[in-house]
Amino acid sequence: MSAALDGVAAVGRGAIGACRTIGALALFGGAGLSHLLRPPFYGRMFLRAFVEFAYFSLPVVALTAIFSGMVIALQSFTGFARFNAESAIAGVVVLSVVRELGPVLAGLMVAGRVGAAMAAELGTMRVTDQIDALDTLSTNPMKYLVAPRLLAGVIALPLLVLVADTLGVLGGFIVSTVKLGFNPATYLINTVNFMTMTDVLSGLAKAAVFGFLIALMGCYHGYNSRGGAEGVGAATTSAVVVASILILAFDYVLTELFFAR
Amino acid sequence: MMSHALRAMNGAHPKIRIRGLRKSFGAKKVLDGVDLDVPAGSSMVVIGGSGSGKSVLIKCILGLIEADAGTIEIDGADVLRMDRRARDAVNARIGMLFQNSALFDSLPVWENVAFGLLAQRRTSRAEARARAGEVLAQVGLDASVGDLSPSELSGGMQKRVGLARAIAAQPEIMFFDEPTTGLDPIMGAVIDGLIVDCVKRLGSTAIAITHDMASARRIGDAAAMLYEGRIVWSGPAGALMESGNPVVDQFTHGRREGPIQMQLRR
Ligand SMILES: Nc1ncnc2c1ncn2[C@@H]1O[C@H](COP(=O)(O)OP(=O)(O)OP(=O)(O)O)[C@@H](O)[C@H]1O
Ligand SMILES: [Mg+2]
Repeated sequence: MSAALDGVAAVGRGAIGACRTIGALALFGGAGLSHLLRPPFYGRMFLRAFVEFAYFSLPVVALTAIFSGMVIALQSFTGFARFNAESAIAGVVVLSVVRELGPVLAGLMVAGRVGAAMAAELGTMRVTDQIDALDTLSTNPMKYLVAPRLLAGVIALPLLVLVADTLGVLGGFIVSTVKLGFNPATYLINTVNFMTMTDVLSGLAKAAVFGFLIALMGCYHGYNSRGGAEGVGAATTSAVVVASILILAFDYVLTELFFAR
Repeated sequence: MMSHALRAMNGAHPKIRIRGLRKSFGAKKVLDGVDLDVPAGSSMVVIGGSGSGKSVLIKCILGLIEADAGTIEIDGADVLRMDRRARDAVNARIGMLFQNSALFDSLPVWENVAFGLLAQRRTSRAEARARAGEVLAQVGLDASVGDLSPSELSGGMQKRVGLARAIAAQPEIMFFDEPTTGLDPIMGAVIDGLIVDCVKRLGSTAIAITHDMASARRIGDAAAMLYEGRIVWSGPAGALMESGNPVVDQFTHGRREGPIQMQLRR
């Protein structure tokens, strides 16, 4: 009897804890965004966060995208060859890269790189009193540290995904023409015919959401970290893990929103 | 609540006046009814054992930690009941040297020093840079230090940069959290001298936390001891060594026997 109740109590505690975290996250994100609308603005901090987000993530995202495009071309050839539908490969590559793989893979890679770095930086600032010091120097830390990073995430990830889309298609093109012996011109024509503006835009919209999530998780966990170096380590792990899960979850939700009729 | 007539009789109203300040973390009572007055233009030294809540006290005054109960009046206005904007205006008049310096390690030293000036957006970067050089000189550092990163400095230099950052905007109120801990005795005396200089030159009101009795007597006009969440003694800083209070005596003389039982396990 009491054991059963303990179980219920544990579920209840978990549910309350989850609601509290979601509420805290929403408040944190809302506060961060609201600071983007009111001066002072910290352009310097935005540029720094943007360069960190976009420029330094380029190599990782580019490599991921190229290899993904290549592997899709190869895999779908083994599948489609049986049905004599080789022309569909260009379509499969471009649709999967632009709709799904571009945003999701770029999101996951950037979560590991930038989300972790943000959590570590803000976490270190928290445990060494630097965030408190900002407050004593007429600077709101939410405005100075969090708001520019959120904005950088929303803008930078779609740009990265544009690059990823291009390189992913290029990867598929290379494998199809060099290894599978397709006609390059036909392949390109097929690619353009299959792709619609909606595909590209939906991918970019996803990317903007993912970029926001990555920055939000990095900032939230870093900003609220406790307990010295160990706390900063835990914050970094949480930022990456939670951002990655949320990216996959939101990917489903957004796909449902954009394409389910 | 003290009546206006009584206040007038007492002469100057204290710059900082704390009454019944309480703060707990979970079940742990850290501050349990702190009362403290700091007259304008004077320096108050707060002593107390490690973990007695000295840093928490200062962070409560600055609003970095939310107090549970009590009042903190600065110039007669209760900062705990102010809205954010009024609170920011008060905080802009306060300079703080953190226990571990808390320098921004992503910025060069000069930007650390000039941070408050730049944040208030009343000076250009070039002016702020020049001003940072002057303040660095005041704390005995060469202007060329301004181009280094904080991680390239020794602990003593970091303390001095932290001090420069705290005084750069010429605040009316200054808090120093263990300004000399971890420094060699000479550097400690130098920093104490700098603090006294700054406070006297600007006519500021200061609260300094320290474990070092020599330093306490050098910096403070008055002193107070925080023990078990309350101020158990206050008086002139010169009387610290012969206060007549058993708790203070044990602390200042570093005796093992006395009313203070060191809790080795918490
Ligand atoms: N943010 C916090 N969360 C939980 N407990 C805290 C927090 N800040 C301080 N404490 C607790 O409050 C107590 C007082 O801490 P405080 O830092 O004020 O000590 P202190 O008097 O400054 O000591 P020291 O001389 O070692 O610096 C400690 O027991 C500490 O564990
Ligand atoms: Mg302390």
